[in-house]
Amino acid sequence: MAKVVFSNITFHYGDKCILDNFSLTVEESQIMCLVGPSGCGKTTLVRCLLGFIKPETGEIWLGDKCLFSAEKGINVSPERRHIGVVFQDYAVWPHLSVWENVTYPLKKRKFSKEEIKAKAEHALKQVRMTGYEKHLPSQLSGGQQQRVAIARALVSSDDVIVLDEPITNLDAKLREEMLVEIRMIQKAVGTTILYITHDQEAALQLCDIMAIMNETGHLCQVGKDEEIILQPANRFVFEFIGISNFIPLVLKEGKVYFSIGEEVLYPEGSADIFRQHPKMELGIRPNNIVFDDRSPLKAKVKTIVFLGNEFDYFLTFGNKELRVQRNALDAIQHGKFQEGETVGLKFVEPKFYPAKEVAL
Amino acid sequence: MRRKVPSDLAALEGKSFDLDKAMTIVSFILLFVIVVIPVFMIIYNAFFYDGKFDLALFESVIVDKENISAMWHTVIIAFAVTVFGTIVGLFYAWLLGRSDIPCKGIMRALFVIPYMFPPFFGAMAWDMLFSARGGYVNEWLMTTFHLAAAPVDVNSIGGIIFVEVSYYFPFVFMQVVSALERMDPTLEESARIAGASQGTVIRRITIPLVTPAISAGALLILISSLAHFGVPSILGFSKNIYTLPTMIYAFISRSGGSFEGIRQGAALSILLVVVVAIALVMQKVILSHGSYDIIKGKSMRPTLIKLRGAKYPLLLLSIFTLVFIVIVPLVMIFLEAMVKAYGLPLIFANFTFDNYKSILTSQTTLDSIRNSMFLSITAGIICMFLGVMIAYVVNKIKPKGKEVLEILSVLPYSIPGTVLAIGVILSWSGTLGINLYNTLWIILVAYMARYLSFSMKSASAALQQVHPSLEEAARACGASHTEALKDITLPLIRPAMVSGFFLIFLPAMRELTTSVLLYGPYTRTLGVQIYSLRDAGMIPQASALASIAIGIIIICNAVVTWITKDRKGV
Repeated sequence: MAKVVFSNITFHYGDKCILDNFSLTVEESQIMCLVGPSGCGKTTLVRCLLGFIKPETGEIWLGDKCLFSAEKGINVSPERRHIGVVFQDYAVWPHLSVWENVTYPLKKRKFSKEEIKAKAEHALKQVRMTGYEKHLPSQLSGGQQQRVAIARALVSSDDVIVLDEPITNLDAKLREEMLVEIRMIQKAVGTTILYITHDQEAALQLCDIMAIMNETGHLCQVGKDEEIILQPANRFVFEFIGISNFIPLVLKEGKVYFSIGEEVLYPEGSADIFRQHPKMELGIRPNNIVFDDRSPLKAKVKTIVFLGNEFDYFLTFGNKELRVQRNALDAIQHGKFQEGETVGLKFVEPKFYPAKEVAL
Repeated sequence: MRRKVPSDLAALEGKSFDLDKAMTIVSFILLFVIVVIPVFMIIYNAFFYDGKFDLALFESVIVDKENISAMWHTVIIAFAVTVFGTIVGLFYAWLLGRSDIPCKGIMRALFVIPYMFPPFFGAMAWDMLFSARGGYVNEWLMTTFHLAAAPVDVNSIGGIIFVEVSYYFPFVFMQVVSALERMDPTLEESARIAGASQGTVIRRITIPLVTPAISAGALLILISSLAHFGVPSILGFSKNIYTLPTMIYAFISRSGGSFEGIRQGAALSILLVVVVAIALVMQKVILSHGSYDIIKGKSMRPTLIKLRGAKYPLLLLSIFTLVFIVIVPLVMIFLEAMVKAYGLPLIFANFTFDNYKSILTSQTTLDSIRNSMFLSITAGIICMFLGVMIAYVVNKIKPKGKEVLEILSVLPYSIPGTVLAIGVILSWSGTLGINLYNTLWIILVAYMARYLSFSMKSASAALQQVHPSLEEAARACGASHTEALKDITLPLIRPAMVSGFFLIFLPAMRELTTSVLLYGPYTRTLGVQIYSLRDAGMIPQASALASIAIGIIIICNAVVTWITKDRKGV
């Protein structure tokens, strides 16, 4: 158990800036999910932490141990960093049996035979792989291989485990199971976990704290999952996490209109919205759009998709398409709409963000 | 703004010895010594004399009438061999890869056999059968039909072309068969569904998709044939038919190893290199056009074309071809090995084991086997490790100038063996202060240059399969760089290393082209010994030794198949 601190990390790949003065702290015994779109520099950060690449500036600390410091000229080699890692492709060694895979880090750290046996058995038990010791990875399913990789990471470090998109290759059900398992193992061991993913749902399910990175490798927001969902720090976070609708707004003679082909008055809109930027958009989550027949804002139901626990309505609102989600139970109780029907809309807790620059 | 890495940071890594850097430097130095120096020495000696630029020698070699005719022969033979070899290879590849002809497995194995044996064995066998002077078949035809002259003469350009085709068509055959196997059959099926007829599918889908494989195989034939020494020397010398490689050999053996002769050989080599270079440029141009990614790595079951009535005639044709190009020469060598004296009819009464007895008691012959064994095993082991090291540097460390490393390690393969041998003589017979002439070491250096690319390519392919995360996982688990290499990377590429060894061991065992220029009185190799026994007219003895070589090759091939068959888990 130890906290991990990145401070002022900069890294270029060729001329491309991947990380620019990046700082992040993962507290002790915390599950931190680092979420960001593909190619935003998440894996680069992990590789810096593991010591496979060398940042140009900054420091990396694991507990009270300095792993890297550009100023002090410290760069601990990967094998002496003692970080457990589960790679995207598991990296279970195909020529070694499950037992040999799991005991490898213990042998390298020169534990006694008894300790190796006890620790490896315990780790295999935690990932529920007891009984597979003699198997070769090629005889295991993807999920099992991943569990071997997790067991190997567990024995290599008590301090911190890094998981780099480890479950993207699994099917939905197994993915869910693995997440629950990772959570349980973490509860039992108390290891600090840094979980890297672009899959926000996995992140929401697993983490204590989420950190959101944008395409350019900047940290947008760090916080509990509710905070991220309910109080997104900026448009990127709002758009990246969860489903979102955006409707452009215009200000005319102190009144706010929706610009959706025609201009429709937005009754609740105030001119204050336009204080930060001349071009603004209203952002709203699908379940924050409420059907209200008395509302002057009318839209037409285009299609309805039933997803089991909820209904997805796709509405035509001027020239815009809106996605509205409604709890299935609620929809059945209050009667559901038919395709082609006209409905009244109300926007609950809308957010206002500057419009995106349209690339020409 | 990009911030500079503090330069002292690199020095503070904690270690003074950097394995990666050491391997990179060693790779560069070795390739420089093995490859760059010989190539440079050829060019230097062809154009410079006494340290001065001098074109006189080169000009005299170029305008020589004999040399020009040798060049023409080389080009004509190579061109014809390429065309016919490609046609034969393509036809049988299609037949075995896409039709419902029976006995596919066994036929496939048999069609690759010529690839295992040196073509000059075939030339020897066909020379015994169809030589205009005393070939067995010719004699028989002449007595049976009362002919005045031999009806077929294998000691001709046509004969050379025929023998080379029968040994080189497997290049196209193997490339195309594997391409057909890895081709996604849905590509053909969707064309059928879209309404194309069978013929249209072959013409518009199948052939274009395997075109890269065809051209790769064809150009391999072209380059091999241009540089080929054995067949034209065995079949052509008696009729004064020379090609560039045999001409170079003749120059050097005529001059008895004098420096002037070697210089002339070097000048002639330049001519051969130019011809091969043109072929290589063609290869580059053609191959750059046709890279399709739709050929998948895993094999799928393609739809087979029903031959219906043509099935058994085509089967018969295949069997006939196999008998003619594979069985007949091999059997001929074994029969000739048993005959009491060359020219005697092949009947039981004339058979004896004396030839075996005489060669197996001859010190020179036993030495030649020992020399070849030593050279092949040593070259195989050294190249196996060098190949892995260079492949690791190129694929994993990726230093600046890795392209240079890659080109240098593959370059000698495109250099004709004859030329390489001259380069090695010029470099290592004292001019640079090291004299290896007439020792086994000079042959070893040549073999290493010639075969390094084999193990390099095999190790490269294997290393590309080893995902970097496997080694990184080991590092994160507490293994140092060296330990990660030893525990993870090397075991994972072990099968490729073993096959890399045999890829060198087998051709080195039967090597003739370079050894024939490099051997000394006590450093004959197996190939050279067979060649010189035959040259001295001791054809039955030469055949007996050749049959022993065939035995060794077959056993080694069986071992390779057995080793590479069951690799575990990888």
